[in-house]
Amino acid sequence: MSNIVLYTVVSLSVLGGVSAVILYLIAQKFKVIEDPRIDEVEDVLPHANCGGCGYPGCRQFAEACVKADTLEGLYCPVGGDEVMEKVAAILGLEAVHEEPRVAVIRCQGSFEHRPRTSHYEGATTCAVEHALYTGDTDCPYGCLGLGDCVEACDFEALYMDEKTGLPVVVDENCVACGACVEACPRDIIELRKRNKKDRKIFVSCINEEKGGVARKYCDVACIGCSKCFQVCPFDAITMGNNLAFIDSDACRLCRKCVPVCPTNSILEINFPPPKVKKELVVSAGGNDKNDKPAKDGSSSGTGKEQPS
Amino acid sequence: MQEYKLKTFPRGGVHPAENKLSAASATRPLPLPERVVIPVVQHLGAPAEPVVQKGETVVTGQLLARGRGFVSANIHSSVSGKVFRIEERPDASGYKRLSFVIDRQGDEWDPSIDRSETLRENIQISREEIIRKIQDAGIVGMGGATFPTHVKLNVPKGKKADILIINGVECEPYLTADHRLMLEKSRELMVGIRILMKALEVNRAVIGIENNKPDAIELLDNLAGKDEGITVQPLKVKYPQGGEKQLIKAITGREVPSGGLPVDVGAVVHNVGTTFAAYEAVQKNKPLIERIVTVTGKSVKEPSNFVVRIGTPVAGVIEAAGGLPEDTGKVVLGGPMMGKAISKLDIPVTKGTSGILIIPDSEAHRKPVQPCIRCARCVSVCPMGLEPYLLMSLGQKQLWDKARQESVMDCIECGSCSFTCPADRPLLDYIRLDKMRVGELIRKEKKAVS
Repeated sequence: MSNIVLYTVVSLSVLGGVSAVILYLIAQKFKVIEDPRIDEVEDVLPHANCGGCGYPGCRQFAEACVKADTLEGLYCPVGGDEVMEKVAAILGLEAVHEEPRVAVIRCQGSFEHRPRTSHYEGATTCAVEHALYTGDTDCPYGCLGLGDCVEACDFEALYMDEKTGLPVVVDENCVACGACVEACPRDIIELRKRNKKDRKIFVSCINEEKGGVARKYCDVACIGCSKCFQVCPFDAITMGNNLAFIDSDACRLCRKCVPVCPTNSILEINFPPPKVKKELVVSAGGNDKNDKPAKDGSSSGTGKEQPS
Repeated sequence: MQEYKLKTFPRGGVHPAENKLSAASATRPLPLPERVVIPVVQHLGAPAEPVVQKGETVVTGQLLARGRGFVSANIHSSVSGKVFRIEERPDASGYKRLSFVIDRQGDEWDPSIDRSETLRENIQISREEIIRKIQDAGIVGMGGATFPTHVKLNVPKGKKADILIINGVECEPYLTADHRLMLEKSRELMVGIRILMKALEVNRAVIGIENNKPDAIELLDNLAGKDEGITVQPLKVKYPQGGEKQLIKAITGREVPSGGLPVDVGAVVHNVGTTFAAYEAVQKNKPLIERIVTVTGKSVKEPSNFVVRIGTPVAGVIEAAGGLPEDTGKVVLGGPMMGKAISKLDIPVTKGTSGILIIPDSEAHRKPVQPCIRCARCVSVCPMGLEPYLLMSLGQKQLWDKARQESVMDCIECGSCSFTCPADRPLLDYIRLDKMRVGELIRKEKKAVS
């Protein structure tokens, strides 16, 4: 009895020992020498594996960083400057700084503003609907509302608003990885400079049709009237393809363009509410025959008082 | 008819209700429209380049736009009148395409076109001249694929066609345009076949017709008896027998290799509509400016077959068949299996519009999508031997490389899988997405190589 136990223990130990030696030798023979800095760089990356940097995942990005002579063109949008500083420190390179960005949805064609003209019943993905036809509204540029962008987002930074049928960006969660930009078949989503307190001003329409046609599709379409272009003191607005575009890098958030837009297609988000009410009272009291109210110095949100 | 042995393709296929409501209705010309809209793209390939200006007066049959490059087709005016505008107009998808908008004045034809009904049987011109004439006339595959016909007639060097197959299958339910054409223009069709045979330098042609058109089989069989080398092959009724590869397999038993062309196995297939258009182009000098369109549907007052000028608004054609029924839920261009629903009725009839199908609201809607139950019916009906359930889920997961390995590009988009799925899954929708993305990949690779 005890012999059996002994044989077993001895034979297994010998087997284990021999295997260990063989494994050790093989491991030595086929050892892959890897730059230890790859692991270090990978450790400081956010591990989101979102692909926002252009590489399949964080590991591949780390490899690329270690291989590169300069960090030019290598940037992790999720980690931002902070992480890139750390990466640069590990590799002894100069970090590249980039402005933090955030996604915006350039379409306001909600159920209310953009009438539905047909009923789509195919596969519930924007890519299929886009390839098939202009969509259930007549606007060939507008949001299809089936949520390919929401599906693509790994950070819970997008959700569909049931009431409007449009996606909404959750600014705190958005890391500007660009997955939604890629997923949208109509290029509606844009990554814009992230401003203080997530303030944004942008033209929320990409319809390139002439004004009248665009308006037929949608109440809040940009009609390319160029009023905003004329009023912008910083030359941040360019006109092209019957469309205004506000360059987020040049825009100084003065908001002068917002009230002049006849179709309300310029959106201002996360600004404190303009003091319109108070001024409305002033203008109403000031006997509206001579139109002086606009000039009295206050900077915000005047010019919008055309009640009646 | 019993003496014939019926052939068919061996793999997959479905049998939807035939509903050939308009089969007995003889074709009649539609009254000329007041205004036509003629897009510069009505074919597969590069858009044609306009050669007339806005404001110019044109006559019926005049060239409006010249095909750009080899895989492209000429566009002609289908009416006489004034070019009102050359502008972007929505096509069947709603997206805008450059189009000629012509206001009709009278009906004055290009004098070189022979408008008489006399049958001209003698083919006097050479092979090259035939192909050039067909190219000039802007003829494209009229079964719906709209591939330029002259490209198919130019057999690539090193390959040799030995059989011409004429597609009179019309396997799509409801449609009867080809059926009526075979009955009414049978003699012209025979001349057309000989023209195509001469162009392809083959001495054998087979007309494939499904067994549900016994009158056409009998008529053409009688005529073919006199013609050297032309035979009629009756086929069992099965969808998608009108698919090029299915028809070749059914008639010759040859299988077109994956990614290959029919001519790789020595066969070239042309639709009867295309054959008739070739007859008119070569013998009558008439470009492709009109076609037979079936207007049909269970609630349509008079299901009919019209000879319609290209560019006529769909609404006008429906009007002639008794107007749009009140309970309409969907209007489809083409047949119910492969046709495309449209969202507006002011879009024009183009070279590929074989039918206008009006579906009542009670039948127009898809049922809610349910989970796949792994019954593999889609696999057993796929005529190309693919696995639609797999291709769909690859599409949903965006695994394009994998879809490519699974031969997604062999799909002929016949829709048998979606038709048969008991869980009402949108299989073809996703397979089309696969094909689109894989096509982009292939083009990118080709670009990188060159």
